[in-house]
Order: sequence, then structure tokens, then C-alpha cells
Amino acid sequence: MRGQKNIFHNIDWITVFLYLTLVFLGWINIYAAVYDESYKSIFDISQRYGKQLIWIAAAIILALIILIIDAKFFSTFAYPIYVISILSLLAVLLLGTRIAGSKSWFQIGAFGIQPAEFAKFATNLAIAKYLTTLNIDLKKLKTIIKSLLIIGVPAILILLQHDMGSALVYSSFILVLYREGLSGSILILGVMIVVLFILTLILGKFIFIGILAGIAFLMFFFIKRNRKNIYSIIGILVLTIAFVFSVDYGFENVLKPHQKKRIEVLLGKEADLKGAGYNVNQSKIAIGSGGFSGKGFLKGTQTKYNFVPEQSTDFIFCTVGEEWGFVGSFVVIFLFIALLIRLIKLAERQRSAFSRIYGYGVASILFFHIVVNIGMTIGLTPVIGIPLPFFSYGGSSLWAFTILLFIFLKQDANRLEVL
Amino acid sequence: MNKSYSNRKYIIISIFIIVGVIFLVRLFLLQVLDNEYKLSAQNNVLRYVTQYPARGLIYDRNGELLVYNEAAYDLLVIPKQVKNIDTAELCKLLKINKDQFITRLEKARKHSYYKPSVFLKQISREDYGYLQEKLYKYSGFYVQARTLRKYPIPFAAHILGYVGEVDKKDLENEKYYRQGDYIGKNGIEKYYENKLRGKKGLKIKVVDVFNREKGSFKNGKYDTTAIAGNDIYISINTELQLYGEKLMQNKKGSIVAIEPSSGEILALVSSPAYDPNLLIGRIRTENFKKLSSDTLEPLFNRATMAQYPPGSTFKIVNALIGLQEEVLFPYTKYGCQGVVSYPIVCSHDHYSPLDLLHAIEQSCNPYFWKVFKSIFEQPKFATTQEGYNNWREYVSSFGTGKKFDNDLINQRSGNLPPDSYFNKYYGEKGWKAITVRSLSIGQGEIEFTPLQLANLASIIANRGYYFTPHIIKAIRNINYDKKKYKEKIFTDIDPKYFDIVIEGMYQVYEGEHGTTRWYKINDLQICGKTGTAENPHGDNHSVFMAFAPKDNPKIAVAVVVENSGFGSTWAAPIATLMIEKYLNGTVKPNWFEEKMLNTNLLSKN
Repeated sequence: MRGQKNIFHNIDWITVFLYLTLVFLGWINIYAAVYDESYKSIFDISQRYGKQLIWIAAAIILALIILIIDAKFFSTFAYPIYVISILSLLAVLLLGTRIAGSKSWFQIGAFGIQPAEFAKFATNLAIAKYLTTLNIDLKKLKTIIKSLLIIGVPAILILLQHDMGSALVYSSFILVLYREGLSGSILILGVMIVVLFILTLILGKFIFIGILAGIAFLMFFFIKRNRKNIYSIIGILVLTIAFVFSVDYGFENVLKPHQKKRIEVLLGKEADLKGAGYNVNQSKIAIGSGGFSGKGFLKGTQTKYNFVPEQSTDFIFCTVGEEWGFVGSFVVIFLFIALLIRLIKLAERQRSAFSRIYGYGVASILFFHIVVNIGMTIGLTPVIGIPLPFFSYGGSSLWAFTILLFIFLKQDANRLEVL
Repeated sequence: MNKSYSNRKYIIISIFIIVGVIFLVRLFLLQVLDNEYKLSAQNNVLRYVTQYPARGLIYDRNGELLVYNEAAYDLLVIPKQVKNIDTAELCKLLKINKDQFITRLEKARKHSYYKPSVFLKQISREDYGYLQEKLYKYSGFYVQARTLRKYPIPFAAHILGYVGEVDKKDLENEKYYRQGDYIGKNGIEKYYENKLRGKKGLKIKVVDVFNREKGSFKNGKYDTTAIAGNDIYISINTELQLYGEKLMQNKKGSIVAIEPSSGEILALVSSPAYDPNLLIGRIRTENFKKLSSDTLEPLFNRATMAQYPPGSTFKIVNALIGLQEEVLFPYTKYGCQGVVSYPIVCSHDHYSPLDLLHAIEQSCNPYFWKVFKSIFEQPKFATTQEGYNNWREYVSSFGTGKKFDNDLINQRSGNLPPDSYFNKYYGEKGWKAITVRSLSIGQGEIEFTPLQLANLASIIANRGYYFTPHIIKAIRNINYDKKKYKEKIFTDIDPKYFDIVIEGMYQVYEGEHGTTRWYKINDLQICGKTGTAENPHGDNHSVFMAFAPKDNPKIAVAVVVENSGFGSTWAAPIATLMIEKYLNGTVKPNWFEEKMLNTNLLSKN
């Protein structure tokens, strides 16, 4: 260790401040969400807010430990950490406890540990490590495939635990790859695929194919009719149609009925207010009823009386929306976006590519969680059960996000020591 | 390395910012611009619980309780909140099967997903006891206390009417009612619905997702309490009504008794009757079906709805018109050839000629034909029509041919045809007094309801006027305006002409040849008139009207016993017993009471 006197030396206090603020706001909203007049003490560990206090304390200790550990430790042991993480994912598949349909927990006494949460930073470390090896070029197919493998293996293992939400998080690495040179058209292609996917489901495959064919037909009149153009139009059309069919097939045959339902509800194809649409509807009611300035702390009737399900975990944003109104929602979103932008800024100032890539990974993972989690509470994204970083109740996720973030802060604090 | 890509950070930051802005716009729409969610939130947590007022009680004229309320419980369901319940156990508690459970729930869903609907009505207190203990397990189900009407004395069903659930029409007519509310469907319950029902209240409660009450909304600031309905006193004399119903047992017909000095109805019997307790609660529909398909028509209120020719009782009216027109005088005598009289035979065997008094006493048909002819064919009338209309005007002033403007639901107006009826039938020049001669003895086209007949007795008792017969006596706690029942309605006959006909009616009991001399009861001074209404569909109806005592009358009665023969055989003794019962409080042993009580005239048919 080179002359490190203070573990807080060079640390980015802005990020630490944002982190602590978000954790604190999260705790306040958990308190409000599960508030019960008969348990008044905030330290009552029979209540979720009491437990969350313990998780927070532990998270801070974890952060301190990471700051103590040598910055190089993580880049050096990136692969071993990744492998351990993969093994724990395999182990939980075999030995885990089934909770709410997902076999993704290790139960240790009263506490549950969710390996999938920790696999995120492990994968992030591995991808950062891989992309900093020599002669890497994300324009090469081989590199792309290897990267996708590193990302894909944990994702698939998590999918096998029936935890689709956590698995989907790994798609956020596409932003990292993009920053590191992956062709922009792949990003656009990704967006196109999502659009095609949604349109197929909304319009139905035959109508949609008809429209696509119509567009292709029209294009014949407006472009130069040389061989190349004609071939590429036909080629694209055939590929698109194939994709449409596979989406349709996948949707009908691969997805579970409840997952299909959730997507259909989101797309407005089904207004199933009692079943799959219930959560989202109640969530929108809670948030919508908050108005401009909210109903006030502990005054939210929708969350207080449990109309919103999972309100201290996945739907924690409802409490924000109901009790603090648009003002509160604005503040929370502002803080999150500020944190993300700050992370990008920090990443860009790294001398080491490893740190930069890791930093992008942190931002991407957080971004994905924020988009999907808040998006689902306001009916913009499907109901996918992933937590809101730093906010949602739960030790595993809080710790995992803390580790994820503080490894990066440690790298950043150490940035000047990198030669 | 890869420095060439560092500009991509701007794209990535842009993506973050764009998504943030999209979310904020969406939140602004949801939270600030759209009010729908605020309403939904209220619907989620606020439960509007209707507070049902106690329906007003009904008492008789002496304060005897006739109708009261008994607790019953309705099970409500909010379909949205029904989740994970043990259907089998609930079905068992409710004593329904699973299919019924499913159809009921489906029906509630169709009505509303978020609002409560009645799942099962009128659960008895006992069943409710078991249910209450376990209700917490069935999210989405609540109990609402309601009341059922109870009738301690199973009588007077036609007067009291019944209460039932509102139907579509009621809901459309008045906004006050909600699906499942009760409303008076007939009788007093219907006519005085607005007084009896009271005013519903509303409690707003805050509930959680499991429907557990969390207190009242804004400390009950918007709650309203239910206001109980007003109690009503009706003019019925319970003992008299009960006695009348007993007398009419196993007979078809009716008795109406009126207090002449007030128009208050003392008894209104329609037979066969039914037990009003049959038409309450869950058993109502089934019993209603049974009763309405009964060929004896127990639901039909004969006292106000059945129309009969008044028969010889109507001779009194013709006598009065003759006196008023000065074509008849107490000393006027007409001969009678008995069974060979023309154009109307006389069914009574008496000496001839008779004066007015004795003609009434012995109900001589030819006498009243001649009276009728003399009224009709006065030289002052240029046409038959004029003569008829003059006569008709008089009859009409006795309250015939029109419904009373009173609190009896379901009346018919009787029949007093206009001249156009005969014009149409016989041609304008084709008819004369002799053509419509049956009217002289109360047969033919003229028809009275028993209520109108009792009112006729009341008019004679009052010597020329009546108060509109009515059933209301008083309403507790409010100064109920009985103005329209306090107005004397006069006939077109001068009061002075009544004495002679009253004397004649007195002789019906007292006279040596009186048609009802067999039923004379000492000291009662009853005045009456028999009638035998010819009935083209079967045996004659036995008709009688009377009042007593002769001076300062206390009661006027009309009795019709269908298809039973002479007025003097059934209707007269029954009326006599009613009068004795009312005036003396009891009936002294006599030779005919037993017969009236025990004869079954229905088995004869």
C-alpha cells in the first residue's frame, strides 16, 4: 500500500452524499410504508424499518471494509470473484430456499441471502477485467461473443432460478459495451428489436407482417431500384418477418402465463384490474393520489392500508409518490439521475480502463434498476420484480448495491495512484 | 485506449436525462393533472355504509301495535376484495351450495366490481351468530343489519299491505332508493311510505385492503345519522276487524265499517284473506306466487276493488231522489201485484198498496220502479237523457261512480254509466225509463264497491253528508294535516228527507214485516236495508247496509257475501253482529252468531 493514511483519502464525497441521502430517504419511506401505530420505536426489529436500520448499519460497515481493502484487490481477483459468484448461483439452484416462486435465496436463520444480487458486481468486475485485456476490439465478433458469455452465464443461471427480473438486469451491460466500442448500430438494433417485439404483440403478427410488407413495397418506389437495394430490402423484410414469428412463438410458448399477462397489461391489451393489472393499477392510484405536494408523512392511505402490494420492496416508490407527491418524486428522480451522471463523470476521469469500465457498469446496472422499478410503478414498464437501488427494503440488495458502488469509489479514490 | 469512444458518454448521459424527463412528465400527468386516481384512492379506502332507519311502526286507533320491525342481516360482498376464502365453509355457514355461491358472486361482479352488492338477504339472527364469528376470514364480505316487518296479529293484510324490495320502476321514480332497499308495496305501507321510511343516514369509514375498519373518515364530519320513520295510527278497531275476519271466514266477500261522524274506517275486511307474515323476507316471493295463483284470489281486496250491484239497498237512494224531486211523498202509495207485477215482479209477499215507509220495510220492487219512473219521466224533461242525467247527478252525489280521494290504494270507482252508454246501446231515442228499469232496484249497470256501500250507509246515518272514508288516524310526532278528511261532502238531497227513509230502515229491523226482524237486537236501534244482488255469473250476492244507533249513529256498515243468496240470510246478520260488537264491545248469545261463524260457504261452490 502506497502511503495511504486515510481510507477517505480522495473519496468522492458527492457520490457518498448522494448514496447516504438515497439510503436515508429509502428508510423513511420504508418506515412510512409499514408504519403501524402499535410499533412506535424506530429500532423495533420486529418491524421492517427496524431491520432495515440493521441492514444500513451493516452496509456502511461493508463500505468501510471495501475502502480499507487495496484497490488492486478487485482487479486482480476479478475472475476468481466471478467464478465464486457463478458457483454460488449454481449452489442456490440446488440448495436454495424457494421464496415466492423463485429459488434464489440462501436462508441463514432469519436472514435470507440472495446470490443473484452479488453476482452483479462480480460480473461487472469480470467484464471490466476482460475488456481491459490486450488486443480487445468490440468490433470483432469473437470479443463480442466472449463478452456476451461473461454476461450471459450468470443471467441464464438466474433465469433458471425463475428470477427473470434479476436476469434482465444483465442486459444493461450493453451500455458498457457500447461505451467501449460496440457498434452503435447494435445499440440501435437492440432498440429496434424491442420496438419490433412490442409492435408484434400489440398488433398481432399477421397484421404487423402485412404492414411491414406494405412498407417494403412502398420503398420500391422511392429508392433507386438497383440490385443491392432490392436485395437488402428483401433481406431485411425476411429477417424481420422471421423475428416477428419467433417473438410470437416465444411469447406464446416460452413465457409463463403470468409473465405474458404482465406484458399484455402493460401494452394495454388487457385491462385485468383484478389479476396482473391489480398491482400496477393500485400503484398508479397511490402515486396519482399524492397530487402535487403529497398527503404528508405517514398520511398515505393507499400504502398505509396495504392497497399497494410489496410496498416496502419493489413498490417503495408508491410511498414516495403518495406521501410526498410530485415534489417528492421529482427529488428522488433528480437524485438518481444526478448520481448516474456523477458516476459517468467519475468513470470518464479514470486513468485505468478497468476502473472506467467498472464505473460504467455500476451506472448501467443502477440505471436499469431505476428505469424498470420506477417505470413499473407508474405503468411504463412491465411488472418485473427488481428493487429500487438503496430504497427498497432488503439486506441483500442494499449490500449488493453498496458493494457495487463502493468498489468503484475505491477505484476512483485510487485513480491517481494508477500509473 | 479507446479514447475515440469517449464522446459516447454524452449519448449515455443523454439517455439518462431523457428517461428522467419522461418519468417526470409521466409523474406530472399522474399526480398533478389527472384527478381520477385521487377518486380511485378514495374509493379504495372509504367505505360508505348506509345507516338504515327503523321503519315507522303501525298502531290501531286504540294504540295496539299492529306492525313492528325485527332484525335481520344482509350479507354484502365487494367482489374486488374477495380473495383466498374458504368457499366450502362459507357456503355451509350460509346454507347455500357452491353453484349458488358462484352465481351470486357473478351477479355481484356484474353489478359492480368495487361497490358492495347484496350477496345473501335476510339471514336470521341465529345464522348470523355463527357467521359473525368467522366473518373476518372472508375478505370482501360484510354484514349489514336490516329489518323485516312483523305482524303480531295475523290480520288486516289488505289494509296494511306489505313491504318488499324496490323494483326497477321504484328506482327510476325516486332517487332516494338504492338497489336492495325496501319500499311499501301495498296498503298503508305504500301510501304512507314517505312517512314510514324515515331517512337513511351515511357513515363513511376508512378501511384497509383487508377491509378492516380503521376509523371514521375525517372524524365523522361527513356522516349523517339515520332518522327513524314516523309511527302511524290507523283508524282500524282491531277487535272489530278481527271479529269481522272471523265472521267472513270460509266466505267470499267483504265488510266495511265506517264511523259516520269522521269517515274513519273501523274495519275493512276482504275474504278470503291471508296472513301478512307470509309476505315478508325471503319467503315472500314464493308465497306471493302461491297466493296470486289461488283461485279464491286472497290478494284481491274485495272491499275496495270488487263491484257489485247494490240491489235493494239502492232503493233508499231512489226514495231520497223522489222526495227531493217532489214526485214522491211519505204518503205516496203504489200497488203491487206480487209475482205478477209488471214490469218488475215483487219477490216479497205483502199487502198492497204500501206507503213509502212500508215499501222500504218490505222492499217492494214495483213501488220503487214506480218511484224511479216518476223521477225520470217528469214533464220538465224534454228527453230521456235529461231525465236520466238529472237522476244520475243525484246518485253521483252519493259518492258513486268515482274513486275516493283517500289513502286506500287500489280502489275501483264502481259503475254509474253516463247517458252516452245507453245511447250507444239502444240509440239516442231508443230508451226510456222502462228500458233501464233495473236501476230502480239497484240492478243492471249500477255497481258499488263495498266501501261505497258503507259510505252510502254513512251518508244516510249523517242525514245527507259524508266525510271521505279513510284509514289514517294520526301520525306520531307530526301534525298530520287531515284537512281533506275533515270536509263534509253533501249530497244533493235536503237533510229533511232523510228522516222518513231512516224510519223505513229502522222498520227493517223493528217492523212487523221487516226483512231483518229476526236479527233485531234490543236497544241497538239499528237501521238497515237488505239487498240481493243478481249476479249473471252465479248465485246472487247477499248485500246489506246498516247504521246504528238511529240517532247519533256511531257506526255504518256494509256487508257483501258473494254467491250466498238473499241479503237477509247472510249479509244482514253479519252486519248486525258487527254493529253489536262495536257498540256493546261483546256479542250476547243469540241464535245466529254460531251459524255465521261456522258456516263454510266456500265448500258449497
